[in-house]
Amino acid sequence: MAKEHKVKEGAKVRKSTGDRIVDVIIYVVLGLIALSTVLPFLYVFAGSFATEKELTEKAFFIIPSEWSLNAYQYAVKTANILRGLRNSILLTILGTFSCMVFSLTFAYPLSKSHFRGRNWMMNMVIFTMLFSGGMIPSYLVFQAYGLLDSWWALILPGLISPFNMIIIKKFFQGLPLELDEASYMDGANDLQIFTKVALPLSKPVIASISLFYGVGFWNDYFNAMIYLSSAEKFPIQIQLRSIILQTSKIAENQVLDYDMFGAPPDKAVKMACTVIATVPILIVYPFVQKYFTKGVMVGAVKG
Amino acid sequence: MAEKIKGKKGAVRLSDGQVIVPHRKSTRQYIIQHKWLYLLFLPGFIYFIMFRYIPMGGLVIAFKEYSPFVGIWDSPWVGLGQFRKFFSNNDFMKLLINTLGISLLQLVLYFPAPIILSLFLNEVRHSGYKRVVQTLVYIPHFVSWVIVTSLTYQLFNVSDGIFNLIYQAFSGGKSFDILQNASAFWGLIVGQDIWRETGYGTIVFLAALSGVDQELYEAARVDGAGRWRLMWHITLPAIRSTIVMMLIMRVGGILNTGYEQIFMMRNDLNISRAEVFDTYIYTKGIRSGMYSFSSAAGMFKSVVGMVMVLLADKVAKLFGESGLY
Repeated sequence: MAKEHKVKEGAKVRKSTGDRIVDVIIYVVLGLIALSTVLPFLYVFAGSFATEKELTEKAFFIIPSEWSLNAYQYAVKTANILRGLRNSILLTILGTFSCMVFSLTFAYPLSKSHFRGRNWMMNMVIFTMLFSGGMIPSYLVFQAYGLLDSWWALILPGLISPFNMIIIKKFFQGLPLELDEASYMDGANDLQIFTKVALPLSKPVIASISLFYGVGFWNDYFNAMIYLSSAEKFPIQIQLRSIILQTSKIAENQVLDYDMFGAPPDKAVKMACTVIATVPILIVYPFVQKYFTKGVMVGAVKG
Repeated sequence: MAEKIKGKKGAVRLSDGQVIVPHRKSTRQYIIQHKWLYLLFLPGFIYFIMFRYIPMGGLVIAFKEYSPFVGIWDSPWVGLGQFRKFFSNNDFMKLLINTLGISLLQLVLYFPAPIILSLFLNEVRHSGYKRVVQTLVYIPHFVSWVIVTSLTYQLFNVSDGIFNLIYQAFSGGKSFDILQNASAFWGLIVGQDIWRETGYGTIVFLAALSGVDQELYEAARVDGAGRWRLMWHITLPAIRSTIVMMLIMRVGGILNTGYEQIFMMRNDLNISRAEVFDTYIYTKGIRSGMYSFSSAAGMFKSVVGMVMVLLADKVAKLFGESGLY
């Protein structure tokens, strides 16, 4: 506020007409960009509640003229979408929790400048960011570990992301050293300092890194496709993908199921499943938004 | 303030010239005293060995003719045979062209997008408007490629997608099946990248910009500098090192085109432009069981990737930037 006031007082820096026009252009362009990110979601959301008739007749709308839950009923009844949803929720919780335990405990000792072995371990970690065994050797090794067709094949290989670990480590390094000294004076050991002092102060970084890991598990498609073979273990992304790939086949096979609206809700079902897979992310998003921005910023500042 | 002395670990020189050299415990004593730190460290250490370094060891099969029945150790050595087979293969040039084509298109079109968007956002004085735009443009980053693909199908499919209808209106009824067209594939992929990642990509640049002293802008304005001069002399220098850092990472990842996205967008009709190293390794390795051959392809990709990052980092340092390490 004060700043703007000061600028206004200096008469010679008043905005010219040209400047105002540029301002308007910037606001409009930004508005259009924001709109272009949201419109596809709005269309699919609206389409999932629309009748198949409206979907085939109109190319684009964001409010259906006639609301229908037909697509959701169909998705829940036949497309196994609820099983995928349940699997993905469990996998995301289990995976994120494991990743956080491993990443936090690993980052904490490495954040201590006195920790012996710190330098060569950090080099070891950074090397894995530059070079990796790659898809096939990893696949064969994890197969030898007996991880095929198990959720652990999706969780264990990514327990610690070097990038996320370094963000956590930097955060720990930012905590005041005096806390450690005071706790040592009180007779606390390193484990007590970690759990009772460092962790309670680290809620922002825990929130943002949990989000990164959680989104990774929720969105993972490729690993699940490579490692899982039994359908009852499939996460929602696999279910969704197979629904999207089915063209009108579901319609041909199950005509009896939904004759009530005249046309098979093929397009609407795809949209409904897309909405079901997207909504959990959008529900969590507003709560963690302020944290992930911080997380990315910490990661961007070198140290 | 205390100043560190080079060459002597932990030694500091205080402002009055007094030198303090700490008594250094033996490693045994240190580990006993900080046993909890080592116990906390252990699970992660085991993880790195088992899930990062042992798979690297698994790369030996790139030099063997691996057979699942014989196992990794007993399969016969073939030296560089797999690599020779890979480089002399007709597929190699195709993979290289597709991968570099997509990467370069990303570099030209997608890399500058977050920078431009950040510069735009930086011009917005109305903080509420800025926050709303930011909140919305970050969203696509958090959505899976399966969903992005699904949205793309809904909007671009040739039978009832809106884009085809618009195209028909302008082309006099001709339709254009962008999803099954080889020559449109690279553009489609980069377009998806831009839609999904531009907003999120602004965060690092806006973070760098938030560190700029606002007085600097005011002082320059008082001196009569216009919008463009402020951008050129204050804003851009403030994000220059961030741009260089992102560029290093982008160039280093030039062979990483991201497989989920390409894997899902390719089909029989666009495959000639859609096969890249990652999808090829998957198809030859896991689908066709040519484990050794595709490991060699993967190793080529990993090694080139590492060399590219290190080179880009060196170049950045030559130009006076701090680089990655």
